[in-house]
Amino acid sequence: MTSALNAKYSFDTFVVGSANRLAVTAGHTVAESPGAAYNPLFVYSGSGLGKTHLLMAIGHAAKKASPLLNIEYLTLDEYVEAFHASVAAGQGDTFRRRFQSVDVLLVDDVQFLTNRKEMQSELLRLTEALQVAGHQIVLTSDRPPPEIADLDERLISRLSGGLVVDIGPPDYETRVAILRRKADERGARFAPGVLETVAQAEAGNVRELMGALNRLVAFQAVNDTTINAETAKQILGLASAPGATPGDGGARAAAGGADEFGDFLADVTVTVGKAVEAWRARVGEAVLRWEGEGYRTQRLEALLERDAPGSVDKAVVAFTKDVERLKELEAEVAELDPQAAGDSVFRDPERVAEAEEVAAKVRDGAAPPPGPSAAFPLAAYAVGPSNQVAVSAARAVLEKPGKKYNPLVLVGKSGLGKTHLLNAIGLELARGRRAVVACLSTQAFIDELIAAIDGNRVDWWRARYRRATALLLDDIHLIAGKERTQEELFNLFNLLQDKERQLVFTAPAPPNTLTGLEERIVTRLEGGLVAELKEPDREVKRVVLERLLTQQHVTPEPAVVDYLADRPADSVRALVGVVQRVIAAAAAQDGPLNAGLAREVLEGQAPREARRSSGFRTSGLVVSSLGGIKSREKMVWEWADVSERVIEEFR
Amino acid sequence: MSLVNFTTREITCKIVYYGPGRSGKTTNLHYIYGRVPDSRRGRMVSLATQTDRTLFFDFLPIDLGQISGFSTRFQLYTVPGQVYYNATRRLVLQGADGVVFVADSQARQLDENLESLQNLQSNLLEHGVDVRTIPLVLQYNKQDLPRELILSPADLDDALNFRGVPSFNADALHGLGVFETLKAISELVLKKLAAGTAA
Repeated sequence: MTSALNAKYSFDTFVVGSANRLAVTAGHTVAESPGAAYNPLFVYSGSGLGKTHLLMAIGHAAKKASPLLNIEYLTLDEYVEAFHASVAAGQGDTFRRRFQSVDVLLVDDVQFLTNRKEMQSELLRLTEALQVAGHQIVLTSDRPPPEIADLDERLISRLSGGLVVDIGPPDYETRVAILRRKADERGARFAPGVLETVAQAEAGNVRELMGALNRLVAFQAVNDTTINAETAKQILGLASAPGATPGDGGARAAAGGADEFGDFLADVTVTVGKAVEAWRARVGEAVLRWEGEGYRTQRLEALLERDAPGSVDKAVVAFTKDVERLKELEAEVAELDPQAAGDSVFRDPERVAEAEEVAAKVRDGAAPPPGPSAAFPLAAYAVGPSNQVAVSAARAVLEKPGKKYNPLVLVGKSGLGKTHLLNAIGLELARGRRAVVACLSTQAFIDELIAAIDGNRVDWWRARYRRATALLLDDIHLIAGKERTQEELFNLFNLLQDKERQLVFTAPAPPNTLTGLEERIVTRLEGGLVAELKEPDREVKRVVLERLLTQQHVTPEPAVVDYLADRPADSVRALVGVVQRVIAAAAAQDGPLNAGLAREVLEGQAPREARRSSGFRTSGLVVSSLGGIKSREKMVWEWADVSERVIEEFR
Repeated sequence: MSLVNFTTREITCKIVYYGPGRSGKTTNLHYIYGRVPDSRRGRMVSLATQTDRTLFFDFLPIDLGQISGFSTRFQLYTVPGQVYYNATRRLVLQGADGVVFVADSQARQLDENLESLQNLQSNLLEHGVDVRTIPLVLQYNKQDLPRELILSPADLDDALNFRGVPSFNADALHGLGVFETLKAISELVLKKLAAGTAA
């Protein structure tokens, strides 16, 4: 009963011109959000101007946008027929219920409602029901609702209540565009000027145009020749030469029968049309193209007012360049701040400068997300058996970001180098071209979100992270209990993972042992690789020690390094503390750093009181090296041992 | 000379029929004259001797009317073919937008054809025009004569058309090939003009 949508009739194959732009725009809107904008949408036009095409295109586009929608296309006659059949079968209610459950109802040719009172009230009831349920209804007719004869007033007001748009006959440029597209679809090739000749004939509708084109295609196929403009005119029975006035007919070429001069004139006309005025066609095409894409084209339209081509090509190129720039800016802004991308300046090539300003503002406001800290290079990361797994996982990630271990979760106690490795991965990833690496602590991530919510800039905040090519969060366990952050992270996670962008997290324990994390987050974290960092082994400790000591410009005895590396240390951070104590002690004594000193410092054997061998360490007295205080005897340089002093006092 | 005047919206094409004496240049123009409606042609000016030889030149203005908003006029000229009228030929050639070289297909006229073609080249050069750049078509006239008297189009192409320009067989007396030639030269001229204005 219901006609299927013809696959050929989509928006892609609909040639948009000034006469049908409004209808097409409305159609797009309706297809994108059925029931929300123009309901009902009423499209009227003369026959053969694309009503049915538009109606089916809406159906296709709506289906594409939401495949689950229940979409019905039918002509009014089919509707009437179905109604009568169901009433005859005693199933009138079933019929009504069926149509009331349709999400998008497309009814063609409603002008046939004339003199069908019962159908009018049926349609009125259906329209009301669909509108109440928020379902879309689109109708077409060859005339606007008030002009459909004998139509119920209530139905007229109901049908006019949404949006009523008309489709006019196509203008010359649109006709050429339609012919070109249709000729392409048929795989037909014509000599230059043929399609233009066909378009010049004032076709009242597209169907006539198609008829003319079909005749040419058939002629060409049968005769196996490429026809020229003049032959096309003859085949279509058009006036021979547009340049000649109708009165010339009798005066033409008296002798010979054949109108050689007429032919010549037609040829010259086509050549002049192509050669001299070709620039107008080029400008016209550019106007249609950019207007169709939603850009303001008044600059190009002004060109058409000119008499001479001058530098129109340059102007068109400049215009195109401006539009391309606007597109770039719009795309860039859309990434940073989707709301700002809707600004009309991005659609007006006369306001490129303004668009640049808007984009610059957005750019300023949208600094890239925080990146990795340069203090943690990968080269400085000490590798040993205790962290071998994590480091090789990191290297695999760097080799194929987003593809191998995504996400990578680094797990380990505090001070084992998770943050270092995370930042190191971030630094390496950031070397890539166009890389935007977001690397920050989870706490900072939460704080940013709160600030964004507070400043009503969540869209902006999201966009900022969505353009990241990698997201690295330190201490992911901190999102425990933060519902909104988990929600945002969940969405961001999915989006980035879909785009094969690398995700790396650190946590003190495997995700499934963390509390306060939503299940969906935990499963996602567990879905990649969870690599554990263990207490540093001797090898790691040696590397760390050597580096630390070198950094402090201390050249230790090998025995010291061995001693320190052998000492138990549950984290790298603890080891760093130890080394600093030892170095400080050595500095205090101004002596070399040796195993004995280290042992003294670390195992509780108090080092001897620092000896003041230098004149610079005095208690309050500044001693000039030039000899401010000459008498060393007046200064107490060495205090007696405490134990000796005690004995002294007891004496 | 300006072929297209965008200010006054005029297109004026000057086409010169060139070739050796008695090759049929004037006949071409006469045939065209006979096919152009009265309202569209000017008076054909022909200065001929008593023996029908062109003494100075033939001039046929054709008004093609409004084409794409341009008032379009073609001016067709012939030159006297005889060797001793070279000054006239050079004068007529001045400002030509295109040249139709009418060759006599008779085998015995081959040398005259070649000589005239060389003469065309040198006269164009005098005006600073390179024969390779000006729109040019060849017409092999008198192809209606008995086979034994004439050279075939292929032979003529070999002998004369070393630039590979469009060439047409013709019987100008009866009109065969006359308008084809005119169409071809018009198209070349107009296309060149378009290339000039688009730049």
